[in-house]
Amino acid sequence: MSEEGFDAGRLDELLRPVVDRHGGEPGQLVQILREAQGVVGYLPAAALTAIARALGLPRAQVEGVAGFYSFFHLTPPGRYRVLFSDNITDRMLGSGELLDRLCNKLWVERGKVSEDGLVSVDTTSCTGMCDQGPALLVNGQALTRLSGERVERIGELIRAQAPLADWPAEYFRVDDNIRRRDTLLSAEWPAGAALRAAIARGGEAMLAEMKLSNLRGRGGAGFTTAIKWESARRAECHAEADGRPAARYVVCNADEGEPGTFKDRVLLASYADLVFDGMSVAALTIGARQGLLYLRGEYAYLLPALRENLERRRRSGLLGRAVCGQAGLDFEIDIHVGAGAYVCGEETALLESLEGKRGIPRIRPPFPVTAGYRGQPTVVNNVETLCKAALIALRGGAWFAGLGTKQSTGTKLLSISGDVETPGIYEYPFGVSVNQVLQDCGAGNAQAVQVSGPSGICLAMHEFSRSIAFEDVPTAGAFMVFGTHRDMFEVARNFAHFFRHESCGFCTPCRVGTSLVANCMDKIAKGLGTQYEINQVFKIHRLLHAASHCGLGQAACNPLFDTLQKFRPAYERRLCSLDFEPAFDLDQALAAARQMTGRDDPAAHFGLAARLPGVTP
Amino acid sequence: MTQPSILLDGQPVPFADGQTIMDAAMAADIFIPHLCHHPEFKPQGSCKLCTVKASGRYVSACTMPARDGMEVENNSPDLNDKRRTLLQMLFVEGNHFCPSCEKSGNCMLQALAYELEMLSPHFDQFYPNRPVDASHPEVLLDFNRCILCELCVRASRDVDGKSVFSLSGRGIDKHLIVNAESGRLADSDFSWADKAAHVCPVGVILRKREGFAVPIGKRRYDVEPIGMQVERLAARSAGEAYEDCGEG
Repeated sequence: MSEEGFDAGRLDELLRPVVDRHGGEPGQLVQILREAQGVVGYLPAAALTAIARALGLPRAQVEGVAGFYSFFHLTPPGRYRVLFSDNITDRMLGSGELLDRLCNKLWVERGKVSEDGLVSVDTTSCTGMCDQGPALLVNGQALTRLSGERVERIGELIRAQAPLADWPAEYFRVDDNIRRRDTLLSAEWPAGAALRAAIARGGEAMLAEMKLSNLRGRGGAGFTTAIKWESARRAECHAEADGRPAARYVVCNADEGEPGTFKDRVLLASYADLVFDGMSVAALTIGARQGLLYLRGEYAYLLPALRENLERRRRSGLLGRAVCGQAGLDFEIDIHVGAGAYVCGEETALLESLEGKRGIPRIRPPFPVTAGYRGQPTVVNNVETLCKAALIALRGGAWFAGLGTKQSTGTKLLSISGDVETPGIYEYPFGVSVNQVLQDCGAGNAQAVQVSGPSGICLAMHEFSRSIAFEDVPTAGAFMVFGTHRDMFEVARNFAHFFRHESCGFCTPCRVGTSLVANCMDKIAKGLGTQYEINQVFKIHRLLHAASHCGLGQAACNPLFDTLQKFRPAYERRLCSLDFEPAFDLDQALAAARQMTGRDDPAAHFGLAARLPGVTP
Repeated sequence: MTQPSILLDGQPVPFADGQTIMDAAMAADIFIPHLCHHPEFKPQGSCKLCTVKASGRYVSACTMPARDGMEVENNSPDLNDKRRTLLQMLFVEGNHFCPSCEKSGNCMLQALAYELEMLSPHFDQFYPNRPVDASHPEVLLDFNRCILCELCVRASRDVDGKSVFSLSGRGIDKHLIVNAESGRLADSDFSWADKAAHVCPVGVILRKREGFAVPIGKRRYDVEPIGMQVERLAARSAGEAYEDCGEG
C-alpha cells in the first residue's frame, strides 16, 4: 500500500471489474464511482482519469460528478470515516457533545483527517435514525443509539483498528419502532398478491381503480398518482439515439433525505415486497418493463436484503420474463444507491443522478411523465405511494377512498421524533389532528412541531388543533416535536445550515442565499445580531421564494420565516440593542496569531471579547 | 392570421413558435438583464438575473416559452430590486475588484451593476480562496471572477467538442474545473482559437501579454450602458469568432 492508501500500480486491475460489472455504461457513473471508492478507498485523480477513459467520458465530467456527492472523497478521507448525523433531533439527544468527545479521544480535529490517516470525524445531514439517535455513519454503515459509553468504545475500536465486522453487532441494530398500525402497516399479504390482483384487473381497469382511490403522492407534493400514471401510459416513447428500444420506466424514490423522515426506511426494511409489488403494479399499468429503485446512500445497509428479496421474486416468477406466467409481461427492478445529496429527492434531480450525472433539478416542462429517465416517459413515486398502490390493487379504489378525508384519501405514515416518550412510526388516516398525534406519542410539553421537515411548516401551540391532510397541513411524513425547554432559534439555525450544505449550487439565489442566511443566523447566535439581520433574512426569504430554480431553494428560508413569525422572542433576546454590528471580530481575527505565538494572556485579546459569552478577556 | 404576441410591460411583442420570453424581447430590442444566457447556446436559467413575472408567476425569461397573450412584467422596481440583490450575491461570492481588472468596461457583471444601480455589494464578502491558473502559454484563468454561468462549459462541449471545462463541487463550493488530471489548463487541449476562449462574460479567461489595449473609459460598456446594446447582445452567434473585449 502506498501512503495514499491504494496501490497506484494496481489501479486498472481494481477498477476493471467495477466498470465491467456495469457494462462500461456512462449512465452508471454514480454507481461506478461508488463501487470504485469501495475498492480503492477513495477516488484519487488517477482513478477518475481511468474511469473517464473506460467510459469514454471527458475526465472533467467524471470529476464534476464525483465532486457533487458528499460521500465521494477525492482526497484520502481516513481509514475510518465517522460522520455524526446532524439533524436537530440528534443534537437534542446530545450528538454535539458526543462528537467533541470522540474527537478528543482520538486527538483529531473535526473535519480533518488525523495525521496518521487513520480517522476523520465530521457531521452529515440527517441519516434517518431520529427515533433511535444520536446516530452516525462509519464508513457508510449506520450506527444508532449513541451514548457516552458507546462513543468511548468506538474510539477504542478505531484506535485498535478493529474491522467493522468485529464491532458489536448491537451498535448497528436498526429498529422499526412501529407504534401505530393502520391499513398499510397491518397488511399481511404474501409477496406478489397485489401484482396478481392487478394482473387480474388488467392495466386499464387498474388505472380506473387508481382514479377512484384519489391516491395522492406521499413524498410531499401530493400530486394525484392516477394522473401521473395515466400521462405516462398515454405518452409516446421513442427509440433512443444509441439504439436502445423505446421504453417506459417506473422509478421508486427512496432517497428519503428530508430531516426527521424515516418511514421509507421502515417500509424498505419490513415491507419490501409491498414496495416491489407497488412498482410492479405501476409497471403493469403504464406499460413499463424496467423499474429503478433509488436508495439513499445512508440506507445502503438495506441493500443486501433488498437484493435478496429481488432474487427471491425472480425465483418465484414475480420478476423477470413472463411475470406470473403472463407471456409478454416482463419486468425487472434495478437498485441504484445515492451518495449523499438531499437534492436528489427532487424527482428530476433524482433522474439526473440515475443517469450518472450531477444531481441538478431539470427545467420543467417537460415533466418526467413525458420525458423522464433517458428522456422516456417515467413515473417517479415515493416508497409509501407505491405501497398504497399495491393495497389499491388488492382492495380496490373505492375502499381506499373511504379512508381519510375527501381530498386526502387513505392513511399517512408519520415519522415522529424529538421530545416525545415513544418516537417511531405512526400510521393514521388523513385528517387526524396534531393534538391527537401529540397525545398518542406522549409529547407532554410541546411548544412546537416541525411538520414535513425543514422544508415544511413549523406549528406553534395555538395551531395544534389543525389536522394532517393536504387541505390543511400537508406532510411528507416528518413530525419533529420540540418541548418548551427547547430553543427554537437553534432549531431554525440548524435548518439554515442544512440548506446551505444541501443546496446544489445551480442557481444564484439558492447557492449564495443559503450561505448568507446561515451566516446571519451564526451572527445572531454569537450575540452580534440586530434588527438589521432579521430584515436581511426576510429579504433573502422573499428572493429565494421568487427566483430559486427548484423547491429546495424556495423552501430554504421557510423554517426561519415560521420561527420568526411564531417564536420571535427566541431571536430577540439574542439581539444587541444596536442598529448594526459588524460580523467581523477583531479579537477572533487574531486567534491564529495567538495560536502561532502560543499566547493567551489578556494583552493578546481585544476588548470586544469581553462582551461575548464564554470568552475570557 | 395575426402573429402571436406577449404583453411585455404593457407593450405587445410578437414571437415565433418555440421562442422564449427572452428571444422575443431581444428580437424586439427590449432589454432583459441576463448573464448566463447567450443566444447561440441552449438556455439553462441558472443566474436568475432574467427573472420576470409571467402571468403572475416568477419565471426565468430565458427558459420560459412565450405564449400568446402572456402578460410579462420586466422593468419594474420589484424585479430590478431582486436582480440587484442577485448581483450583490455574485459580487460577494467571488473576488471582484473592478479597478484592476483587465475586463473592466467590457464585463457584463460590472455593466449590469451600473445598469441596475448597484451602489455597494451590501453583503459581507466571502473572500473565497481561488488560485489563478497561469500554466497555459496563451491564456490566464482567473477563477476569482467566475460567476458559474457555464458559458465556457457549453461552448467547449457543444461547439469546440473538447469539454475543456466542467463544474465540480456542490452548493457554495461549486467551482469551475479543467479537463486534465493535473487540473491545469496547460495540460488540456484548450487553445485561444476555441469558441470557449471568447464567451466569458466576466474576466476569467484572459489572453496573456495583451492588456489594456483600449483604455478604461473607452470600452464597450463605458461608452453606452448595457441596456442600450440589445441588438449587439442578440447578434452574438456561433459561427463567427466573438468580437472580443477591447475592440468594441
